[in-house]
Parts: sequence; structure tokens; C-alpha cells
Amino acid sequence: MTQKLVIIGAGMAAGRVLDHLTDAGGDWDITLFNAEPRGTYNRIMLSPVLSGEKTFDEIVTHDDAWYADKGVATKFGVKVTEIDSAAQIVRGDDGSETAYDKLVFATGSNPFIIPMPGHDLDGVVAYRDLEDTEAMMALTEGQKAVVIGGGLLGLEAAAGMAARGVDVTVVHLMGHLMERQLDEPAGYLLRKALVDKGITVKCSANSKQILGENGKVKALQLDDGTELPCDLLCMAVGIRPSIALAQENGLAVGRGIHVDDQMRTSVENIYAVGECVEHNGDIFGLVAPLFDQAKVLAKVLQGEEAEFVNREVSTKLKVTGCDLFSAGDFADGDDREDIVFRDPARGVYKRLVLKEDKIIGAVMYGDTADGNWFYGMIKDGTDVSEMRDTLIFGPAYQGGTAEDPLSAVAALPDDAEICGCNGVCKGDIVKAINAGATDLGAIKATTKASASCGTCSGLVEQVLAVTLGDDFVMPTAEPMCGCTDLTHEDVRLLIKSKELKSMPAVMQELGWKTSCGCHVCRPALNYYLLADWPEDYIDDPQSRFINERKHANIQKDGTYSVVPRMFGGMTTPDELRAIADAADKYNVPTVHVTGGQRIDLLGVKGEDLPAIWKDLNDAGMVSGHAYAKGLRTVKTCVGKDHCRFGTQDSTGLGIKLEKALWGSWTPHKVKLAVSGCPRNCAEATCKDIGVVCVDSGYQIGVAGAAGMDVKETERLADVATEQEVMDLATAFMQIYRENAKYLDRPYKWVAKVGLDWVKEQIVDNVEERNALIERFKISQKIYQKDPWAEEAADKADQYEPIANLVLEAAE
Amino acid sequence: MSTWTDIGPLDAVRRRGARIIKAPGQDLAVFRTIDDQVFALVNACPYRQGPLSEGIVHGTLVTDPLYNWVISLETGEAQGADEGRVDTFPVKVEGGRILLDTSSIYQRQAA
Repeated sequence: MTQKLVIIGAGMAAGRVLDHLTDAGGDWDITLFNAEPRGTYNRIMLSPVLSGEKTFDEIVTHDDAWYADKGVATKFGVKVTEIDSAAQIVRGDDGSETAYDKLVFATGSNPFIIPMPGHDLDGVVAYRDLEDTEAMMALTEGQKAVVIGGGLLGLEAAAGMAARGVDVTVVHLMGHLMERQLDEPAGYLLRKALVDKGITVKCSANSKQILGENGKVKALQLDDGTELPCDLLCMAVGIRPSIALAQENGLAVGRGIHVDDQMRTSVENIYAVGECVEHNGDIFGLVAPLFDQAKVLAKVLQGEEAEFVNREVSTKLKVTGCDLFSAGDFADGDDREDIVFRDPARGVYKRLVLKEDKIIGAVMYGDTADGNWFYGMIKDGTDVSEMRDTLIFGPAYQGGTAEDPLSAVAALPDDAEICGCNGVCKGDIVKAINAGATDLGAIKATTKASASCGTCSGLVEQVLAVTLGDDFVMPTAEPMCGCTDLTHEDVRLLIKSKELKSMPAVMQELGWKTSCGCHVCRPALNYYLLADWPEDYIDDPQSRFINERKHANIQKDGTYSVVPRMFGGMTTPDELRAIADAADKYNVPTVHVTGGQRIDLLGVKGEDLPAIWKDLNDAGMVSGHAYAKGLRTVKTCVGKDHCRFGTQDSTGLGIKLEKALWGSWTPHKVKLAVSGCPRNCAEATCKDIGVVCVDSGYQIGVAGAAGMDVKETERLADVATEQEVMDLATAFMQIYRENAKYLDRPYKWVAKVGLDWVKEQIVDNVEERNALIERFKISQKIYQKDPWAEEAADKADQYEPIANLVLEAAE
Repeated sequence: MSTWTDIGPLDAVRRRGARIIKAPGQDLAVFRTIDDQVFALVNACPYRQGPLSEGIVHGTLVTDPLYNWVISLETGEAQGADEGRVDTFPVKVEGGRILLDTSSIYQRQAA
């Protein structure tokens, strides 16, 4: 017997129910109501339509021909006004009455509109249907749009409009984007990618009201008073199940229409499916569970057994170039463990959350190829203990025997030296492991191996791996110090993204395990904070190493060395006389000419420092920062003023560079040189930044080294003018200051991020270069000052003993 | 018997900092922690005599500025793998002044 089926709503869930029913070939007389004047289309593909990657026709799944072919009567553009569940009749706003045996609610959801002032202005849209999409597509290049909501939909709307050349700002209430699907580091990477697309992102921003003019939207005002002008405002702050019709007609509702496992509502012969339902307290916004529901409902309608079980869902963002994946539960917890993989240069972040040897959550950014594999294991509750070591690398790395990279280390004799700085042999490390050390930190603490320069950390870990076998889990990244599990990279990233502007804020927000840090993390944090927030953070001398606190280099006998600055390696007879006088007056035992073209006075007593500084200041000299993780020297040759080979004014350029850059703090020391010709007498090709003058201009190299490692510079750019040298050198300083790990020289940092990336940022991208220069200048306003003058004037007493008991004893 | 000697005002020592006390025989250092506890130790690390007064103070520890030994301000003991100890001296704060028990210092000189 033919049964009459009426479906209200032609969204994706309804479309899927129809697919199943018509495929099964049951005997149905179907009428489909839809308030939107069209049939089913793939709503989640509206984003590619908005961005212009697809046309609307391409995303229609059920067109008029399909309905005709399957014999489905359509009432598109007709709103259902009333249901008589006793008589089993549906009434429409076209005056029609349609009888049913079975009725399905597939009314979907409505976008939530924040009822703030101005929400009803012309030009305020949601992001739900084709009409909204078309309103956004009508914007032309250069017009402005504001999107409220940094979730999935809001970001897709923003990216789609940005792809059309619209100037888009996203305003998000929470601290990071897509906070329901992403953790903070992934949210940070996403934000960065969107900013690269030219989208402005404002997190932790609370909207206050929408301002209009002549009934049309003009701007969004935030509660801090900021006004964001816009021609269109898209509110994408979430959806609410559409339940009004169900409620008016006596169906039981909560947040959605209550259904049981068979999608039955509280009223006989009435079912509900899709975003309008509430099942066991859950409501639904992603498509996967909706399709599950549709399948269940189709079976139930056909009299088969089926039950709907809600399952873990995964999310992907459909924004070209923002590859992210999230599934399951990734909140922190004591009973949970993380496996994290990061590749900052490629912008890759992967995190698996494990609980009792099972994956319960996965967040991936940048490389999501393995997302479905992890998702499958989350759903299946797969025990991953066997493959844990290589799990994060994905299915390609499971099983089989890889070549053993440890065999070389295993073959080393016990007396092979592993740590050159502290003279620790392999045998010492093995002994420490046998005595109970199981990780790098413990080896460091018990043997001092890798405790100085750290370059042998990898080797030490391999010794651990060889000795401990399976008990040793190679860490993916080493924490900053014992006070935190976060790496330097994590901490830097979080200081920026969470806008942490003081040391207590960092330690609190990032869960430091100690109350005030230690001698490893405090100097690093002090640097990160002053580099990232020059105008907000107050430098903390107590978190600096003694050399930077006393503005002099401590020597092995506790005396200090004093080095006045000689800009570009140039000096004068007057300066030399003043240095000679100071050396005499303070009984300086050793006077040495440094490799950086200046004079080092060694053996000065701590309490004499303020006085000798004052004398040197009076002769016009300032601190040379010979003790600083900062700009040290700009070495030069005499250039074309004197040298018959000189092609440019190398000394003049060196002086200009040093005058611009001195006083800046950097992750590690920075040394420059300018050579007047390719004979390179200033040895510019092994400096952090080295300029070689040629007839046609200047060759700028960066990332050289001549210390623990020796490395030639890599060519950043060839330029024609001094101004371009100044700009690129300044921008390089700033990008290094903003991104490098504390105590990484530029060559180490460039090796991590790649010179190509640096070039993209500062050579190719003029806007970014100028922004970096601007930020460097802001920092210099605060930090380019002579510390000697300040200390000698205000803090000289700190250099004196607090008390002298020798005198008291003599009395 | 204790001989409490006024060393100077507490405020003369920065939080998480130290000042030197010139003393017969060997200089001492008086440390002030972030929560205003004070400690007095010989101002020399057991390893190569680095001036502890110039180290970074964290919690009730100080890190030797020359070789990164970590010394307990409370006991003078080196932490971790390092072995060694610095002499400590009783010190207290009263009425905003730092008082050092100098009895053992003078005994040391007399000995």
C-alpha cells in the first residue's frame, strides 16, 4: 500500500533521507516542503561558491529533474503553518492541505543573530543560505566587511570574501580562533595563515553595537570603543535548531526537537532529522552525524531495525591554504598524554591526545593527510601502545624495519667523548643511565653532558636510546627547562598569541612548575618579553646574566672587562688618550685589542665599574655591549677613502649601521662587518650580517659563523644603495629578534626556518620589511641608550659592598 | 653566643639579588629572595670560587655566574651532580634592617 510521506525542509539531511528511500524502492507518495525557494544543495560547499572556486549549480545535489524523475512533489517557497496531528494533515501558507501517514521534520537550524543594537540594519547578514552568500558575493574589491565569529563558518565567510579582494576583519570573542575544534598552538597557526591572506583577526574582542547610516550598516563598534568600518557585516556566531513549528504543534522540544534512537518525536508518526533535533542532550552542526541520522530514519520508515548512535566527529576547514583537521577530545587532563609534532618552518603542527593507550583526540594543522587514519583509530578505540613511538608520523611509518640510525652510536667505545665542553665520555653517560637517569635532563644534571653549548644533545639522546632500548622515548622537542614542559618555540608563540606581557603572566598562564623560574628560563623569558612587547614590558635586571646586569664581562677571577664602543672600528687620538688615562687610573692590568676592532680593558674591579664608565662617558664614549646578547660590533675596512681597491665607503656604511643598530637586544650576540671590496679584509663573509661592497653596489650576506661552527654567509640580496643595506640589515635584525629561540645565533635560526622564508619576508615583501623596520625603531626608542651612563648616575651604590666588617673588626 | 650586627637596610638589596659584605678573610654575600627572605653565604662558589653574589637567584637557590653550579641559599650545598658546600651564616631582618650574626666570622679570623 502506498504511504504518504511529508517532509518539511529540503536541507542536506532531508536530501539524504530521500536518497535512501528512493534507492530502496519503497512505495511512497512523497511531498517535500521547503521555505527556501529551491531543493537540496550541498550547503557546506557554499564557501567555495563564495570564494569563486565553484558555481552554485555545481553544488546542487537534487535539481527539479531529479524530483520529477523520482516522483517527489515539491512545494518550494511554501512555509508550513500548521500541523493537525490528529487528522494527520499539514497546512501550508499557500492555503494547501496535505495529508500524511508519516511526517518528517527536517527544519534545520537558524543562524543565531546577536540582538545587539543595529542587528536589523540593512547589510547585516548571517552565513546560512544562498541569499547570504549572494549578499557577500556582491561586495566588490576594496570594500570592507566585518565577520563576527571566528568559528568554522565565520572563517570560511571571511576567507571567501577575502579571496574576492574584500578587506575583511574577523572579530572573535574567545582568545583563539575555532576554540572548540583547535587548541591554542593550532589556533595561532590558523590566525597567522589568515593574516597572510590579508584578513585582519581580532581575538578576545567583544562587539558592542552595529552602527548604521540611513538604515544601512556602517561600522561595528567594539566595547573598547574601536570602530571597524564596513559595507557588510556577517554574523556567524552559531546556529540554533529551528524548533518553532514543532513547538507550536505540540512536539516535545528542548534545545532541539526531542527524538529517540529511531528519530521518533513525542508525537506518533512524526519524526525529525538533522540539525533541528536533540538526541540524548546533543544537538548537531556537522554533516556526518546528520547523514547517519538520515540513514537510520530511512530504515525506520521502511520498517527495518536501526538505531542512531552519536559518534566522534572530525572537522576540516574549507579554506584554501589553511589545512586543518580536528577530531575528538583534546582538552588537557591529568590522565591524558600528548604526542606533539611541530615543524615551524613548514607551519606544521600535529597533536594526538592519548588516554590509556588510545587516541581520544587529534588536532592537525598544515599537514592533515593522516587525519582520517587517526580519526579511524579514535572511533575504533585502537590500542596504540605498540606503535606509539612512530604514531605521529602516520600510517606510512608503521611496521617494517627502518634502518637503525643508532648503530653508529652503539658502536662507539666507552671512552669516546660525547660532550666536548664538559669532557664527558660515552662511558660516563652509560654509567649515569645505569644509575637511574632516563632522560636528557637527568643526564645533564648528573654528568653535565650537553649542559653547556648543547650541540651534543642529539648524541646524548642516542646514547640514551641505545642503552635503554624501548624504555626511552625520543622526545619530539626539549622543554625550555625544568620549570615547564613547553619548548622555547611554544613559549615564544604563546607569549605573542596570548599577549603575555610580564614574567608572572607567562609563568601563570603557561603553568610554570616553579614560583619564579630558574637561571635557564628567566633570561630567555626576559628577552622574549622585551623583544615582543618593548613598550609594555619592563626589563628585569635580576633575570639577566651577570654580564648584562653589570654591563661588563665577568672574568674567571671575578673582575670585569670594559669595552667602549668604537663605531665602525674608528677611533680618535682623544678617545685613545682617555682610554689610556682610565687604564692607568684604575690599575687595569691588561689592555687588549679585540677581534671586533676595539679596545678591551681587562681586570677592572666590580666596585670601580661606575667610576671608569663615568670617565669614558666624559670622553664621549658609550658602552660597547661587549657583554650583551645584542649588537656587538660592525667591523670595517678603510674602503675607498684610502684603499686603492675600495669600491664604496665601507667605514661610513659601517658607522651608519652601528649607529642604527647599537643598543638592541637580540636572542644571541650579533656581529656585522662591511668590506670595501671582494678581497674582504673585514671578514664580512663569516658574520651574522656581512656586507661586501662591489662596483655595482652591495652584496648582503647573512647567517655566517666563525665560532663553535665556521660557516660562510648566505646571500640575502644584492642591492644598489646604502639605504637598501640599512633597511635590509634592520629588517633582518628585527625578524631574528622576533622569531629566534634565545641563544640561537642567526645562522642556527636561519637553518631552522630556511633562508627562503627570510627572503620572502624581508626581500620580496616590502610591506613586511617596512613593518619590521618600524617595530625595530619602536624598540630602539626604548632600548637604545647607554647603560653605563644610567648605571653610573643612578645605581652606582649597588656596585659597592653593603657593609665592611673588616673595618669593624679592626676597631 | 650570637653577635647580631646591623649590615644595612633590607631595601639596599634588590629582590632576587645580592650584595657583598666585606669580611675578614673572605667576602660574604647577603641574598634577598622574591619573598624577602635573607641569607648570608661565603661569596665564593666551591668550584673555582665564582662570586655567588653575581648569580641569578631563583627560589632559595643561586646559580654560580661562572659555571652554573646551583647552590642552596639555605644550606650552602651544591645541587644536582655537583658536590661541594659553602659556609652559611645566620642572618635575619628586624625593623627593615638586615642583622648578621658575626660571632663565627670573628672567631674565624681569630683562629
